[in-house]
Amino acid sequence: MLRLYAESAKCSGCRACLVACSLNLFQENNPKKAALAILAHFPTPGTYEVKVCTQCGECAAVCPTGAIKQNARGAYYVDFAECTLCEACVPVCPENVMFVRAELAPAAWKCDLCGDCVAVCGTDVLRIGEIEAKA
Amino acid sequence: MNGYGGNILRVNLTTGKIAKEPTPPELARDFLGGRGFGAYFLFQEVPQGADPLGPENKLIISSGPLSGLLIPGAGKCDFACKSPLTGGYAGASLGGHLTAEIKYAGLDSIILEGISPKPVYLFIDDDRIELRDAASLWGKGAITVEKALKDQLGEEFQIACVGPGAENGVRYAHINHDYGRQAGRGGVGTVMGAKKVKALAIRGTRAIPVADLDAYRRAARNLYDACKQSELLKPWQNLGTTMVVSWCDEVGALPTRNFSAGSFEGGKTLYGPVMREQIVVTDKGCFGCPSPCGKYSRTKRYGTNVEGPEYETIGMIGSNLGIANIEDVAQINFLCDEWGVDTISAGGAIAWAMECYEKGILTKAETGGLDLKFGNVEAVLTLIPQIAKREGLGALLAEGTRRAARALGKGSEKFAIEVKGMEQSAYATHSATAMLLAYMTADVGAHHNRAWAITYDLQVGRELVNADKVARVIWLQHIRPMFDTLGACRLQWVELNIDLELYPPALAAITGVERSWRDLELVSERIWNLTRMYWVREVPGFGRAWDMPPQRFYAEPPKTGVTAGKITSLDDVNKLLDLYYEQRGWDANGLPKPETLKRLGLDKLVA
Repeated sequence: MLRLYAESAKCSGCRACLVACSLNLFQENNPKKAALAILAHFPTPGTYEVKVCTQCGECAAVCPTGAIKQNARGAYYVDFAECTLCEACVPVCPENVMFVRAELAPAAWKCDLCGDCVAVCGTDVLRIGEIEAKA
Repeated sequence: MNGYGGNILRVNLTTGKIAKEPTPPELARDFLGGRGFGAYFLFQEVPQGADPLGPENKLIISSGPLSGLLIPGAGKCDFACKSPLTGGYAGASLGGHLTAEIKYAGLDSIILEGISPKPVYLFIDDDRIELRDAASLWGKGAITVEKALKDQLGEEFQIACVGPGAENGVRYAHINHDYGRQAGRGGVGTVMGAKKVKALAIRGTRAIPVADLDAYRRAARNLYDACKQSELLKPWQNLGTTMVVSWCDEVGALPTRNFSAGSFEGGKTLYGPVMREQIVVTDKGCFGCPSPCGKYSRTKRYGTNVEGPEYETIGMIGSNLGIANIEDVAQINFLCDEWGVDTISAGGAIAWAMECYEKGILTKAETGGLDLKFGNVEAVLTLIPQIAKREGLGALLAEGTRRAARALGKGSEKFAIEVKGMEQSAYATHSATAMLLAYMTADVGAHHNRAWAITYDLQVGRELVNADKVARVIWLQHIRPMFDTLGACRLQWVELNIDLELYPPALAAITGVERSWRDLELVSERIWNLTRMYWVREVPGFGRAWDMPPQRFYAEPPKTGVTAGKITSLDDVNKLLDLYYEQRGWDANGLPKPETLKRLGLDKLVA
């Protein structure tokens, strides 16, 4: 099983990953519709924090319509046609990267592990790797 | 319109009227965006003879067709207005994330007109656009205000704001964004302050349309792949622009004590690796940038955070003021950011005052008791707020070096290091003729952004004066500002050496219009001639004399450093201008010839 990993200390907050993500998920240039998040902590201490999906599956477990499924890469994704925007998935996400914004999209969205964010990150923040067992 | 936000937003601050109009397709065709839109609206709409600080001047804020898209460094925003520093064209470039948000809000340019009766900030949340009261923000520092607005409105809003320097009419006040990125030069912040606009706060949630999505995604990937494969990426990420501090020191280009020399005996303590080790906390990039030049720092001595200092600031308020400690430079940088003044012009003005003081032209009575010797950190820390508040000696320095020298007289004009009234940025040009010409002819005054030719001088012979060298400067003046027109950063090309030919396929896929670099250079030449004609229109008697460099660069060879004893002759300065005017299709006085304007399709516009 694979997931996305982020090393926040290397992030420079450029948001290329967010645009690449929205292009994959929605075929749109719109970083507000990305499935990962960059939190900027400025002016103090002056660091970025990257939040990514760990593919823990909590969202799929609570989805009442079964709209969150696993793709060929083993990643959980939202089947847009089956999502009812009930938002049950949002509060259970431990990383706050399960998104419902009805004004922007008619379905919830999350990381489907396409890898496009990794491809455009110039500072090697992101990588896809095997899910490591918790210590 | 593919690649564009699609609308021009006009905000009349006098009446409070807010209106959108569709971005004219012919404007996009002939001027592309960014700097092109700024120059066009300025020339077309601001009446001749307008007071830069009056209601007739406009502040034009423009994104470009690449802004906000998946293009390396697509975060460049252009600010244009009539300059309160020079009286001519001001065009300042801002990095960060503002320009992307302008596009996501469905806009290409925001034009601020008139003067608000009270302090306001412009609030834009997609279609909800309001002028909001800014009484509680007025008088506060730029970094403080950005934080306050983010806390109030949320992190998704991008903020651009001015500090007290702009409110008080310092002629080189800047506009701050993203905690330390600035539209720095020419007093664009001064104009925003004069309009009583403390800040812009923008959020957009719309997608930017593109003509060919698949071709765009392929072209974008090719650009990112080229950046990531460049062997120059890692060293650049490590040091950013501070990479050139040591190089400039070694080749005699590091401004030292008001440009009296090009090498600094204390330079080594300002070098990039020293700064990285001592104060850098985080790398900080503009929108979509794989090669972040921003270095965010924290000083131990002062306990303050600041983006930078980057190279220009290290040169202008480090070596040029005789200051050799990177923490001191960072603290002065922080004060300039918070108080809202351009580090380059502030450094230039203070260096001039220090030279005046050391030569006895400025007395201790006139400095308000400050012992204004080169290297006096405490004096500079005191002066920055004084400039922003126009108190004491600060009132004189807030006027900019040219006006200050004219007011003081006593021969101090000779060491006012400026062209067209703008303080020269951080390359000493005693013995670097291409860079000298770049400063002489840059369309905002002595700024390096239009043509960074100093490495070329070293490559082909620094004293050489010939047609090829002049042609190189003109080529740079077309290619580099094109990035500010497209709304993306040039540094992936300049510093990572990626192929320029990777851009036209991306631009074509985005806009649906095929353009070669030859086509883009023609647009750049059109803009260059339009800004030239703006100077001609606004400044009585404008001509060759305005392109002359400070006397120091043809009459006063440095006494120390690797350029000791070296200087370009006045004959060579004139030869540079003759060749430049000839190649540009301008007359001997530096005015564009009618046939040049006609060839560029400007004849009707400037008539």
